[in-house]
Amino acid sequence: MSEILQTEKINLKHYEGRPSTLCVGCGHDSISKHIITACFQSGLPPQQVVKMSGIGCSSKIPAYFMSSSFAFNSMHGRMAAVSTGASLVRRDLNFLGVSGDGDTGNIGLGGFIHLIRRNVPMVYLIANNGVFGLTKGQFSAAADESSLSKSGKQATLPSLDFCALAIQAGCGFVARTFSGDAKQMVSLIQAALRFQGTAVIDILSPCVTFNNHDGSTKSFSHIKEHDRSLQELGFFSAQAEIQADYAPMEKLELELHDGSHLVLRKISDKNFDPRDKMQALQLLQNFRHSLEIPTGLLYFDDSRPFFQTTLGLVEKPLNTYTENDLKPSVEALVEQQKKFQ
Amino acid sequence: MSYIENHFTISIATVNGSGSQTANGVLLRSLFRMGIPVGGKNVFPSNISGMPTWFWIRANAKGYVGATQKAEIVLSLNPQTLLQDQELVKSGGFFFYQDHLKSEVSFRDDIVAVALPFKSLAERIQAAPKVKKLASNMIYVGILSLLFKIPQELVSKVLTQQLEGKTSAMAANQEAFAIGVKFAEENLTNLKFPYRATMQTPFQDRVLMDGNTAAAFGLISGGCQFISWYPITPSTSVVESFAAYAEKLCKDENGKNKYAIVQAEDELSAFSMVLGAGWAGTRAMTATSGPGLSLMAEAAGYAYYAEIPSVIWNVQRLGPSTGLPTRTAQGDVLSSAFLSHGDTKHILLFPANLEESFVFGQTCFDLAERLQQLVIVLSDLDLAMNLWMGPVLRPLETAYDRGLVLCEKELDQAGFHRYADSDGSGIAPRTVLGNTHPQAAYFTRGSGHNHEAQYSEKASDYEKNVLRLERKMETAKTLVPKPIVQHKNAAIGLIYYGSSDAIIEELCELMQVSLNLCRIRAFPFSAEVFDFIDSCEQVFVIEQNRDAQLKKMLCMEPACDRKKIKSLVHFDGTPISADSIAQKLKNEIAHV
Repeated sequence: MSEILQTEKINLKHYEGRPSTLCVGCGHDSISKHIITACFQSGLPPQQVVKMSGIGCSSKIPAYFMSSSFAFNSMHGRMAAVSTGASLVRRDLNFLGVSGDGDTGNIGLGGFIHLIRRNVPMVYLIANNGVFGLTKGQFSAAADESSLSKSGKQATLPSLDFCALAIQAGCGFVARTFSGDAKQMVSLIQAALRFQGTAVIDILSPCVTFNNHDGSTKSFSHIKEHDRSLQELGFFSAQAEIQADYAPMEKLELELHDGSHLVLRKISDKNFDPRDKMQALQLLQNFRHSLEIPTGLLYFDDSRPFFQTTLGLVEKPLNTYTENDLKPSVEALVEQQKKFQ
Repeated sequence: MSYIENHFTISIATVNGSGSQTANGVLLRSLFRMGIPVGGKNVFPSNISGMPTWFWIRANAKGYVGATQKAEIVLSLNPQTLLQDQELVKSGGFFFYQDHLKSEVSFRDDIVAVALPFKSLAERIQAAPKVKKLASNMIYVGILSLLFKIPQELVSKVLTQQLEGKTSAMAANQEAFAIGVKFAEENLTNLKFPYRATMQTPFQDRVLMDGNTAAAFGLISGGCQFISWYPITPSTSVVESFAAYAEKLCKDENGKNKYAIVQAEDELSAFSMVLGAGWAGTRAMTATSGPGLSLMAEAAGYAYYAEIPSVIWNVQRLGPSTGLPTRTAQGDVLSSAFLSHGDTKHILLFPANLEESFVFGQTCFDLAERLQQLVIVLSDLDLAMNLWMGPVLRPLETAYDRGLVLCEKELDQAGFHRYADSDGSGIAPRTVLGNTHPQAAYFTRGSGHNHEAQYSEKASDYEKNVLRLERKMETAKTLVPKPIVQHKNAAIGLIYYGSSDAIIEELCELMQVSLNLCRIRAFPFSAEVFDFIDSCEQVFVIEQNRDAQLKKMLCMEPACDRKKIKSLVHFDGTPISADSIAQKLKNEIAHV
């Protein structure tokens, strides 16, 4: 993965995308905005970012930020697989994917889990609104069992918890946030961009058109009311001085591979340690029984090698190899055929 | 007694998982080392152990090594198939069977049935029971070697090479071989066995190999750096061979891999990964078979409309899931050409032999990158998994064609519109990941884009784009490998492709009439194919599927004179044979 470059020449304008075509007030537009802020504040040049997505309202998001980054708006449920292929070719670039709850949890569940198992280095954002927006409001696998649809139909199947699934599949950076919480989301994305492996952020992002009514557990008002922030987060680049005047008992500093830090001040549960897998799973399980939504960093473990390392891949990007580097010599190829002669 | 030299077929019936592969391989390779043209075919069940399997060895001085319907020599070692095996023997041929089954069957009177005490001979091998069982197959190699007069030291040497590093197996196998030879010397010298393997000038520069291994060497030489796949018979060994030889040939100076192989969660993911890697700018492919191809369909359409260089190496077999995965076919021709939705069309390559399996390993990427399209290589189980002779494979001197990829400097000089036709060929230049020029990046999506890769649902943009894609297919006709045509000024012409090539020379001999020949190597069809049809009074298209799929595709082309074309199909899952096709062709001609 690349070192994230600090450059002063680039201004915020370079991070803009095309005008959004989403519904006015859509939570997803806040996600675009927060991605721009996170990348800009990180000094990450758009040319170093590759934007990936699947299909759905969520997957349109890459069109609305950083037009000078390469982008691949792929097929429904295939963001994970397409990203795996591209990431292996250009390990020096930062892959930032935006999928949705249907794209990830319904059609793309297999790809999501296997991406994590492989630990493909990328930021995997899930713009989660509980419904299929582009086909007008069918429940996704993330719809809570008790939730009501716009037409009053009740969701009857248990919802999938992407964070719990990610932890179980071996993900080392798992977080949940709310599209309305700029500070939390920006810090998480900044840290996720520095994580060497798959970083999953489940972003609750209300659908103003099909899932913002009374009885929905993914409406703005419901999420706002039930958001239980686990920590106050601060991101500090390697060069920056950590300014977080927290009591030692409340404070946790996580160092990322480039020397930057994600600093947490524990709020709701002072004993919760996101480095403890069992605690993280227990916490998610406990919250399932209440209507509350824990947000913040849920799990952190940077000990697993990322996929390029597991595969013993060269450092140099694969697409920089030429025929001279690749075509074996006649002698070498003939030597391998001796046993067939 | 007059001898029949270097002209025989042996069929060895065993149970799969019983270890006969080593023995059969040693026998086949020994004949090959004697300079005798040979071919080996494994007819096996979709099962790991306990079911019937037949290994066919054909030795033919003229080089005809395609399948035959019957064999001069049949060795029946599987009690389950004793009766069936007897039917495989050509009239006047030899049938070797296990002596303890004698009472169970009455033998045909037009064959020579010879009982052999395999069980008691096997008991003599000094080894642990498991090793003994596996090694016992070498007994029949010993017996046959003596009957055919294959030099024993040669067989022993081939066996040594085959079992290199397996010390305990080596001793038991050599012993079993010696037991077989000794038994034959003591008991079978009076048998009037007319077949002989006589030493020829040893082959120079030839290999005996399966098509999938040749493909793997070809893909390595062709610069393939990315494979994602899901294991499926009969394509599995393409990737496994690639992995084995890339380990030796494709590492950098630090011992790191210059390639990535990912075993995917399913075929749709496998091909989606290929799209990611191809889009990023590397030579990427997957290998699969019919059922896997079906799963890749959605992504194939995406490759077509978003114009992503990609390759699917499709080793055809019968389908579906619980179909007959170990039986050969050419049944995916239509589904490959039009895989996916809308007006998709893909480039197809039809390798016919070892050499082409190898060469197309580079050609497929040259075409995929030049045309920015999906190329599907259609091999088949017979070519891919059976053993064929071919030249020692050497990297092509032809340079890779990486297509129109713009670098930073080129972008400085001219503007970049991702989907704008540059020269009337329909091909639009592209950029690849890592290009940091401010104009390099573009947004990739399905078909809803204009020539600048911007989101568009305008009817005129879509229409303009698909017409350009059509122009690209016209360009493809001039770039794909041309047919191999042998014109003999005959009235009747044969069109064929892929592994059917192995029977053509023999078929011509059996027909005893002059025939024009045209072997198609690619789709879209180049103009030469239709020139060939025009030059014949009647054309028969030989193919290995029920529906005459390639014939139908020819008939879809306006340049094709449909009235002239008839088809000869073989579709029972067995390798195509010259004798069966000759019979069909004779019947057709008689009816004209």
